[in-house]
Formats: sequence, C-alpha cells, structure tokens
Amino acid sequence: MAKVVGAVVVDTEECKGCGLCVVACPQQVLGQNKQVNSRGYHFSFMENPEACIGCSNCAIVCPDTCITVYRVRV
Amino acid sequence: MEVKDIIKPENLVYEKPKLLTENTMHYCPGCTHGVVHRIVAEVIEDLNIQERTIGVSPVGCSVFAYNYIDIDWQEAAHGRAPAVATGISRVNPDKVVFTYQGDGDLASIGAAEIMHACNRGEDIVVIFINNAIYGMTGGQMAPTTLLGQVTATTPCGRDAERNGYPLKITELIAQLPGTSYVTRQSAHTPASVRKCKKAIKKAFQNALDKKGTSFVEVVSTCNSGWRINPVDANVWMEENMFPYYPVGDMKDAERDSKEAHLKKN
Ligand SMILES: Cc1ncc(C[n+]2csc(CCOP(=O)(O)OP(=O)(O)O)c2C)c(N)n1
Ligand code: SF4
Ligand code: SF4
Ligand code: SF4
Ligand SMILES: [Mg+2]
Repeated sequence: MAKVVGAVVVDTEECKGCGLCVVACPQQVLGQNKQVNSRGYHFSFMENPEACIGCSNCAIVCPDTCITVYRVRV
Repeated sequence: MEVKDIIKPENLVYEKPKLLTENTMHYCPGCTHGVVHRIVAEVIEDLNIQERTIGVSPVGCSVFAYNYIDIDWQEAAHGRAPAVATGISRVNPDKVVFTYQGDGDLASIGAAEIMHACNRGEDIVVIFINNAIYGMTGGQMAPTTLLGQVTATTPCGRDAERNGYPLKITELIAQLPGTSYVTRQSAHTPASVRKCKKAIKKAFQNALDKKGTSFVEVVSTCNSGWRINPVDANVWMEENMFPYYPVGDMKDAERDSKEAHLKKN
C-alpha cells in the first residue's frame, strides 16, 4: 500500500507561538521550541518529523499562516 | 524519506494565499481574526474576484484588516460598515462588497445599521466575528457577553438583571426577509475551518448572484480579553459559547421578498 509522508516549514519569524498548530496535529509532530524568535515567541517546529502525513491541519488553524505543507506518496 | 527530499515545489500541498500581504498581523497570538482573514482571502482567490471585491473594515481589533488582504477597502465609522457597504454596492452593482465586523461593532453601536441593511436585502456579505467581548478597548462587556462572564466592566460576571441578556443577533437577522443565507460557524479546529470556508464561499457566491444579504457569524475567541491562553480559550469557547451560540445554518433560501428585488432593478 502506498504510504504518504509529509513535512512542514514554519516561518519561525512570523510564528507567535500560540500553540494552536501543536494541538491540531493528529500525529503529534509539532512542538514549541525552547528557543525564541526575535520577537520573543517560542516558535513551533517539527519535534517528531517522521510522523508527519502532510494533512495541512496545522496550517489551516494557524492565525498567522506561518506553515507551508509538503506531501509525497512513497 | 528525508525531510529535505519531501520539501520540494512539486510536493507542495498548502501555502499562504497570494492575496494575504506580507504584513505581520497586529493580532494577539492565537486570535481568531487571523484565521478568518485567511479564509476570506482564500475564498476571494478561489472565486477569482480580487479585482471586483471591496471590503469594509470596522472599528475594533480588525480595524486594520485592509493591511492584510490585497483588495480594495473602505474603513467605516464604528458600526456603520453595513451603511457604507450599501452605498458602495448600490453605486457599483458589478462589485462584490462585504463587511467584516466584531460583536461590539455589529451588535452594539451598529445594531441599527446591520438590521436595516439586512432588512433591505442589500446584496452584500457580512462576516461577523463574535468573541463575546470588546477586544480592542481592553475587554469590556459586549451585548454578546455570556451571563456570568467576567469582563473589565462586569468584574463579578454579567448579571441579567443589571446588564440584560446576551444578544443572539444572528437569530434576529435570520428572521429578516432580505437575508438569503444566515449561518453560524467557528474556526478553531481543522474541520471547523474547512466548514467555515464553505460557508463564506457560499456567502460570496450569493453576493455575485445578487441573492440578498448573506450573513456569516464566526464564534471566536479573544484570548487576551478573556485572560485565557489560546489553546484553553478554544476549549472555553466550546464549553461556554457553543451551548448559547450553537453552530449551524439558520437560513439558506432564495430571498423571500421578490418585491424588494424588483424595486431595485
Ligand atoms: C464612536 C465610537 N465609540 C466607541 C469607540 C471605542 N471602541 C473602539 S473598538 C470598540 C469595540 C470593539 O469591539 P468589537 O467590535 O467586538 O471588536 P473586537 O475588538 O472584539 O474584534 C469600541 C467600543 C470608538 N472607537 N468609536
Ligand atoms: S499556529 Fe501558527 S503562530 Fe501559532 S504556534 Fe503554530 S505556527 Fe506559530
Ligand atoms: S501536516 Fe498534518 S501531520 Fe504534518 S505537522 Fe501538520 S498537522 Fe501534523
Ligand atoms: S484583543 Fe482579542 S480580538 Fe483583539 S487581537 Fe487580541 S485576541 Fe484578538
Ligand atoms: Mg468583539
């Protein structure tokens, strides 16, 4: 059976660290970085990248549209 | 497969709509305004009506909406967006005109304007962000504030005897013959965002088809005003707002008043 793998790119400077993408992800891919961006926000990142299925759930709940999503069948 | 092999242009499935500008939104982290702005931008892009669409922005946190969606805009005085939209739409019947308003703007100071625009059945779209509070001015009680809800002006919680009851203005608007589509949505989960986009797209299509007023309420959070973090604010909204402001379509019909339509043409 074809498997789908995904990956996201977070615009770390635009991210406000609200955490809404973290709870929207069905695969527990995302986490909030211990580091902060130049505006002091704990930006979101792929803590668990191999679990991403490229569903875009994180991207569509983000109020600041910081997430770009990629998906490929393997 | 390595992440760098997945992140390639041919594998792109979601990116920021081109209609959203590069300006960083001034909203608080997690604010629903940002999500709804993006949905509106996507709908305008999908319908390919960028050149025909004119937005009317309110007074409230979304006063600067015109900085974020790359279309023509007009800023209105507090609550008067439906009256301004009426003028724009009547002078330019080929344009698609929408208002974007908060609950203080629409249900308090602008209660008369919204009622009459909807009752006249203006061919406009109304996007109504109900976060049960005056966000911009520091979290005072709005007409939509729930009973018992603590705000800057109801420190002991809203009390019906003192403050009256939370106003279900969308239910009132659904009674008006000039409205063709009246719905209440939310935009806090992936599924609700997708549904909300469908509703907003239908509303814009109705405006293109001159079907009368389409009204989309989005039950929203104001985590700063509520003094709750963004993730918990969504939970609070589900537990407290949804029982009083249930999501779903209230009306989806051709305009009842055919006479009003005839008079205008
Ligand atoms: C004529 C007038 N009266 C009062 C105000 C103060 N004021 C600014 S925004 C606002 C309420 C905003 O609340 P809402 O419409 O719910 O928008 P939100 O910020 O919650 O999105 C008020 C009362 C004003 N700017 N102009
Ligand atoms: S939803 Fe957007 S702004 Fe919020 S933490 Fe995730 S990427 Fe950052
Ligand atoms: S695309 Fe889907 S699986 Fe991947 S991080 Fe976003 S929500 Fe999680
Ligand atoms: S005050 Fe409330 S409505 Fe205004 S930007 Fe902040 S969270 Fe959003
Ligand atoms: Mg409000």
